[in-house]
Amino acid sequence: MKTSDMMQETYMALSANKARSFLTILGIVIGISSVIAMIAIGEGAKGTIQNSIQSIGSNLILVMPGAQRGPGFQVSAGRGSARTLTQADADAIIKEITLAQAVAPEISGRYQVTAKGKNTNTSVVGTVPAYPAVRNIQIDQGDFISEQHLRGLSKVAVLGPTARDDLFGEGVQAVGQVIRVRGIEFKIIGITRTKGGGGFGSQDDMIFIPISTAQKFLAGDSYVTTISVQAKDSQSMAEIQQEITGLLLNRHNISDPQLADFNTLNQADIVAAASSVTQTFTILLAAVAGISLVVGGIGIMNMMLTTVTERTREIGLRKAIGAKRNEINFQFLTEAVALTFLGGLIGVILGWLISFGVTRLGILQTKVSLFSILLAFGVSAAIGIIFGYYPARRAAALNPIDALRYE
Amino acid sequence: MLEVKNVVKTYISGDGGQFQALKGVSFKIEDGEFVAIMGPSGSGKSTLMHILGALDNPTSGAYFFNDKNVADFSEDELADLRKNKIGFVFQQFNLLPRATVIRNVMLPLVYAEVEEKEREERATLALKAAGLEESRFEHRPNQLSGGQVQRVAIARALVNNPVLILADEPTGNLDTKTGKIVLETFQKLNQEQGRTIVLITHEREVAQHAGRVISIRDGELVNDAKTRV
Repeated sequence: MKTSDMMQETYMALSANKARSFLTILGIVIGISSVIAMIAIGEGAKGTIQNSIQSIGSNLILVMPGAQRGPGFQVSAGRGSARTLTQADADAIIKEITLAQAVAPEISGRYQVTAKGKNTNTSVVGTVPAYPAVRNIQIDQGDFISEQHLRGLSKVAVLGPTARDDLFGEGVQAVGQVIRVRGIEFKIIGITRTKGGGGFGSQDDMIFIPISTAQKFLAGDSYVTTISVQAKDSQSMAEIQQEITGLLLNRHNISDPQLADFNTLNQADIVAAASSVTQTFTILLAAVAGISLVVGGIGIMNMMLTTVTERTREIGLRKAIGAKRNEINFQFLTEAVALTFLGGLIGVILGWLISFGVTRLGILQTKVSLFSILLAFGVSAAIGIIFGYYPARRAAALNPIDALRYE
Repeated sequence: MLEVKNVVKTYISGDGGQFQALKGVSFKIEDGEFVAIMGPSGSGKSTLMHILGALDNPTSGAYFFNDKNVADFSEDELADLRKNKIGFVFQQFNLLPRATVIRNVMLPLVYAEVEEKEREERATLALKAAGLEESRFEHRPNQLSGGQVQRVAIARALVNNPVLILADEPTGNLDTKTGKIVLETFQKLNQEQGRTIVLITHEREVAQHAGRVISIRDGELVNDAKTRV
């Protein structure tokens, strides 16, 4: 039997019972479209999370104070609350870690901030001129803190757009105005550009002041809360992380790395951790969708078994006029695969439409990957073969005379 | 052409009992013969026909087709034999209800992998030889009369140019007049194209059209005689 004849026979058999073929296909359509949509949504979520992590800066290593633990004692102060990193540590990193492109120590705290009778509670960050470059912040109006401000302990502030809106209202010219933090007046010299909500607290709701000013007037000591180190490229990140750890252990006179009183966070690790979380979710969603695919496959098998029973006499006749076992086998297998393939095609289109709709409605930026489409087609063809194999074999194994006598 | 030797066919019924449909039948049929196998219903003639058509195997004994034992054929060789050498006209016609007349007749050619153009020519020729008007070619079997359906079934048996045509009660469902026309068609095929024809019937008048009548009763051969010289 030629391939073109096989196609024609398949078309005739399937179109002879359109309603049943359609309902059988429906199971596969639902399965495939939900797999496509779920993977697209999962990929979209992963992309969104990665973007928000990247928005805090690129190739970033964060050094944060940890809990200091003495040997034998297992009393631990709250993580991050410890004051183990000093300005001197930051200076040492700037000096010794030559691979680092930029280093930006910061000291942050939450303060009540007032301006012209309005007030808000927000994060006040004392930092250095390198901060915007390291943490991916852009200036909208005015300037960021300069070296002169640092050296001169200037009482100047750069506001995030949310902090500006809270204190002055939207669209108000804030540069040149004055805010008060702990009774100290700061002159506003710049506004940063809106970044949108990041994964680690909004960087829009912040007030930046020179680190020297913050240490002297707000904190009253020279500890820092975070040192952001930017690597030249992603390859050198691990090496820089190692060097920083070595340098700080040495400076803090700690010989056992297990007892380190600080933590270094590699941005790549954060991305990897977040990715693995979304990956797990994607797999979970796809697995649920996969179950409906299996149910759809059983629907195909059910229909094919019914078809084989109904067409027993036809099979007997085909054998009586010279059809070989393989030809019968192949014919029924082709019917099953044609059903699933058609279902797969419609399912891909439907799944794509669903993810397009999700993106369009602004719920999530989805991404239909070529991989998931290929996977869907592969799976639907495989389902056709697996669930069509048994009915087809049963049909082909029929003895012609028994099949012809079948009532 | 073909020879059956001591053919026995035993059926095992659902409750384990045995029923012998054929109890050791032997005969030979030569090329170009027109043979009628006659017997009352239940005499085993249909079973014999299925064995001759390579659709069923004898329980014991042997069936030789062109001096080759059919029992030695593989499944694919049996399919080839049915496809190329034998044309079978079933009592129940067994046409595909959803296919047109011409498609039904072309079906054996599909399995023989004949070119599409040639298929249509050969199917048209076979249908004409079986005596069906061309205006019916695109009809479905359920739109035809019993006689017309019978002709389609005969045309399908002819389309592969088989050397042996087997017909199971070809006039059983027809009135006398149509039956006669069908039988004349067989006679013509036998005399003009030299094909070997074996038909089954339980009616003596039908058997008289053949050159030789083999009578069977209760699974045994009771008479084998030429009707005319």
